[in-house]
Amino acid sequence: MAASTEPAEVPVLGPGQTYATVTDRVSSVVLSKKTPKGWLLGFGIAFLVLMVMLFSLTVLFAKGVGVWGLNNTVAWGFAIVNFVWWVGIGHAGTLISAILLLFRQEWRNSINRFAEAMTIFAVANAGLFPIIHTGRPWLAYWLFPYPSMFQLWPQFRSPLLWDVFAITTYVTISLLFWYVGLIPDFATLRDMADNKVVRRVYGLFALGWRGAARHWAQYNRAALLLAALATPLVVSVHSVVSFDFAVSSVPGWHTTFLPPYFVSGAIFSGFAMVMTLAIPIRKFYHMEDFITDRHLENMAKVMLATGLIVFYAYIMEVFFAWYSGNEYEKFMIYNRMTGPYAPYYWSLIFFNGVMPQLLWFKKVRRTTWILFLISIGVNIGMWLERFIIVVTSLHREYLPSTWAHYAGTFWDWTLYIGTLGFFFSLLFLFLRVLPMINMFEMKELVHHLSHRGKEH
Amino acid sequence: MSESVYGLIAKFDTPEDVVEATRQARAAGYQRMEAYSPFPIEELAEILDFKPKIQYLVFIGGVLGALSGFALQYYASVIAYPLIIGGRPFNSWPAFIVIEFEMTILFAGLFAVFGMLGLNGFPHPYHPVFNAKDFNLVSRDKFFLVIESEDPRFDETRTRAFLESLNPEEVTEVHP
Repeated sequence: MAASTEPAEVPVLGPGQTYATVTDRVSSVVLSKKTPKGWLLGFGIAFLVLMVMLFSLTVLFAKGVGVWGLNNTVAWGFAIVNFVWWVGIGHAGTLISAILLLFRQEWRNSINRFAEAMTIFAVANAGLFPIIHTGRPWLAYWLFPYPSMFQLWPQFRSPLLWDVFAITTYVTISLLFWYVGLIPDFATLRDMADNKVVRRVYGLFALGWRGAARHWAQYNRAALLLAALATPLVVSVHSVVSFDFAVSSVPGWHTTFLPPYFVSGAIFSGFAMVMTLAIPIRKFYHMEDFITDRHLENMAKVMLATGLIVFYAYIMEVFFAWYSGNEYEKFMIYNRMTGPYAPYYWSLIFFNGVMPQLLWFKKVRRTTWILFLISIGVNIGMWLERFIIVVTSLHREYLPSTWAHYAGTFWDWTLYIGTLGFFFSLLFLFLRVLPMINMFEMKELVHHLSHRGKEH
Repeated sequence: MSESVYGLIAKFDTPEDVVEATRQARAAGYQRMEAYSPFPIEELAEILDFKPKIQYLVFIGGVLGALSGFALQYYASVIAYPLIIGGRPFNSWPAFIVIEFEMTILFAGLFAVFGMLGLNGFPHPYHPVFNAKDFNLVSRDKFFLVIESEDPRFDETRTRAFLESLNPEEVTEVHP
């Protein structure tokens, strides 16, 4: 049916793929004894950058948060910017695996596995920042409610505590969702492995999966319910992150539209990151049959839609500041546009507002290298957006006597760049030891497509 | 003889074949059987009259999560450590909704995953069917139907003849 309404569309799966070829193609990447040279190079670089992070953390733990650029006025610097940025990136993984599953979007099947992996690695990075931002990370467990000898309890009316619950729930559910999706694929790797140790290890994680019809039925129902649970969860997580800002009375933060603005921004940046990863990965591993141009085009469309919502939010921010008649709100916007951080603001408008407009053109959505550049631009733009939100509101708040300037120091930057190394190290390991594409869902897709072919 | 046999297994090349075979085996009155496939095929569970029950567990998990989320916050804010903040009541329940929501999702999700694993009997490292010939292809591209020797209608020669008539690639014995 779908084929007759849109005849010129690129298929979601390359021609000639069968159950066996899908399995062999995806599992061979993992089970191959040879590690590609390109993988070693990429992992090596990522691992070096990870060392930069560990070095930066060591300095931080030895000397304290004074090594950062924070001051009394701007107490939320890079740590919070990076936290929000990483959480946002994570959201595309959940969106692809949960929301698109509920909407029965078949094109999600080949990208959901590594998008979910990306979610977990991004959220691992995100979780790091608030913990080290507390200054005494070894006491981070104080964030959790437990009957302590101090007889103190956390403040449940604070969005900062809501955040603790939202993020821990999100990590837990994302990890479980990912693992559940992997169980049948672990069984495939167990059954395909020649090496005894490899077979044992995958067999351990497969839990004895044997593809029984009754198991599949229970499994499918559970996966559907998990998707239905993860969908409101992902919306709630970034809404709660936005409450950290919106519940305060700081100009530029105290608005009701912050939650939807944050959520769409998160999806926007997440899809950009999926695209940034998918384009080189499919090229390197020759996965063009699985991650087709159709996938890239659809992701570009999602980026365009969410990008427009984000751009609308930028415009509304200016409108609200003017319409509120509040001089502090008005000053905040004026200061953003013309103050010391104006270059950041205008580059953010360019990267997130103007440049994605190119995606209106089909030609752009079909040109891989332009998509890659746009996705990088959006990643940068979204980081700048968080920087602008955190810093410009704080650095010139109500009292001019408290005004101050803020800039990241060497250790701020090394830590931020270092987390990219952490992210990519985990991603490279994932590509080597786990199937990057969900094999059983791809076989399901082959099955569905063959049925659809017969109906014509 | 049939004491030492777990059952008979038929191997099929296409999902259509295994669905048809399961349907016929069902029509022939076999009860103790299971179909195996590399990906979920909804008809199989329907033919086997199997209805997943996981949704009840998930619902219970969600309710437990919501209740424990509220109980935790109520206990901490009203009983254990009452603190006046902004003149709000100790039991400021609207502010508790967010954490209640997160706990609902968390518990429901945990129940969904561990409930599914539990109901399926995992971890289950050993199963006789793993001994069957070519069964390692079940996770690649082959489909299987097993009729267990426990089935009241099971008879080694007749069941084998029946399975042979269903257009399988091969019928073999499964040893426990």
